[in-house]
Amino acid sequence: MRGIIAAAGLIALWQGFVWITQVPPFLLPSPWRVAEALLARWDSLLQNALVTGAEILLGLLLGTLLGCAAALTLAAWRGGRRWLLPLLLVSQAVPVFAIAPLLTLWFGFGMASKVAMATLIIFFPVATAFYDGLRRTEPGWLDLAATMDATPAAVLWRLRVPAALPALASGLRVAAAVAPIGAVVGEWVGASAGLGYMMLHANGRSQTDVMFAALLVLALMALALWFCMDRLLRRAIPWQPDQLTEPVR
Amino acid sequence: MPAKGTVSSSRAPASGFSVVLPSGLDLGGVPVLGACRVEVPGGRVTALLGPSGSGKSTLLRLVAGLLRMQGAVVAEDGAPLAGRIAWMAQQDLLVPWRDALGNVTLGAHLRGEKPDEARARALLDQVGLSAPDARKTPAQLSGGMRQRVALARTLMEDRPVVLMDEPFSAVDAPTRHRLQELAARLLAGRTVLLVTHDPLEALRLADRILVLTGSPAVPVEVPVPEGAPPRPARDAALLDAQAALLERLAEAA
Repeated sequence: MRGIIAAAGLIALWQGFVWITQVPPFLLPSPWRVAEALLARWDSLLQNALVTGAEILLGLLLGTLLGCAAALTLAAWRGGRRWLLPLLLVSQAVPVFAIAPLLTLWFGFGMASKVAMATLIIFFPVATAFYDGLRRTEPGWLDLAATMDATPAAVLWRLRVPAALPALASGLRVAAAVAPIGAVVGEWVGASAGLGYMMLHANGRSQTDVMFAALLVLALMALALWFCMDRLLRRAIPWQPDQLTEPVR
Repeated sequence: MPAKGTVSSSRAPASGFSVVLPSGLDLGGVPVLGACRVEVPGGRVTALLGPSGSGKSTLLRLVAGLLRMQGAVVAEDGAPLAGRIAWMAQQDLLVPWRDALGNVTLGAHLRGEKPDEARARALLDQVGLSAPDARKTPAQLSGGMRQRVALARTLMEDRPVVLMDEPFSAVDAPTRHRLQELAARLLAGRTVLLVTHDPLEALRLADRILVLTGSPAVPVEVPVPEGAPPRPARDAALLDAQAALLERLAEAA
């Protein structure tokens, strides 16, 4: 409810600003014009949103799988740590913007290059958060497991992994928040569909209202993704202590 | 013979063991324990008492195999002690993602065995948790309840040797009193090494009391009151002994 009031207030401010300053619409369209563009172009917005949404979800899936696999490898394989850790850091140190053209060159103008970019962006927060969680298992639990004659594999899968799930959840929340970046950047560099492509296209024609409409749809998708992820994680990990917030309903 | 009302167990007679440290024990270059030999008789409760930092937990970890040192721990029957030990720590160490019952069967879960749920339920009942409580997660249980679950988990392992590291120090005094009684009853017949800083706990539960004294510390045996544990806390001789032991510990610190 408060979110809606805050949004309404912002829109009123925006409308008021445009009204008073009489900014030309190609610089800053009024909310009214954006709403009109949203209605007029809803079919192509929906189509492009579906493309971007698919890229984000696929990237999220692949990035999460790869991130978890990397974290587990790092945790379980002492010798691999020296090799994998720098690789992990490099994957994040290289800006996606810089390698986006390269990925487009390799994976083509279709969906694959965008999925690859989203995967790359999602991979890091998932891998580091999960690895951090795997490293910080309560030492007492490990001692207890040792006196219970648990094998290293059982300690990893039945103790360290469940103990690291709250940390993994933090990584997944970050991943859900940054996932749209990868897909949209990919679409900017070269694409024939998607919200990023639509924004770039509209920008070229000074259809700023369409740009804003696409941006709005993207923001709503990102919000929906985050809240779905948050809700899912709360359900999956009910023991995670959370004193600050009530579950989102 | 198992005591009346306890869950039966299939264990062999509990072997005693000794900890042999001919040249003491260093941790990271710091001497923790002096040259000593600690005898822990089979089927009895031996309490190891000492001020904080005196090395009592180190000694216990050595026996538990959490600290490795060649030839330091020798069982009376000559067989290795590994696989015959159950360990109970100061914290309950319950995992938050399993309910009370799941925590009691954690050992079987970690070994990939099929858990004996009936036995786990019986043990939980014995330590005073109702059937609905057995399905609660650790977060829904009080500190005393969680420690009861930890005791049940320790008993579930059904090992002849039980190592306890200040097991009841994190609960309030009345709960501690009840848990001590319970532990004494349920652990009867096992070889127990109990590390504690509470003289009353040692005097109530132990057949034998060793006090870690000096620096680096060495264990010194002190007399225990007459009678079999658990001894009543209001016994005059026991309270006298408690006062004497307290003074002794204060000097040792």
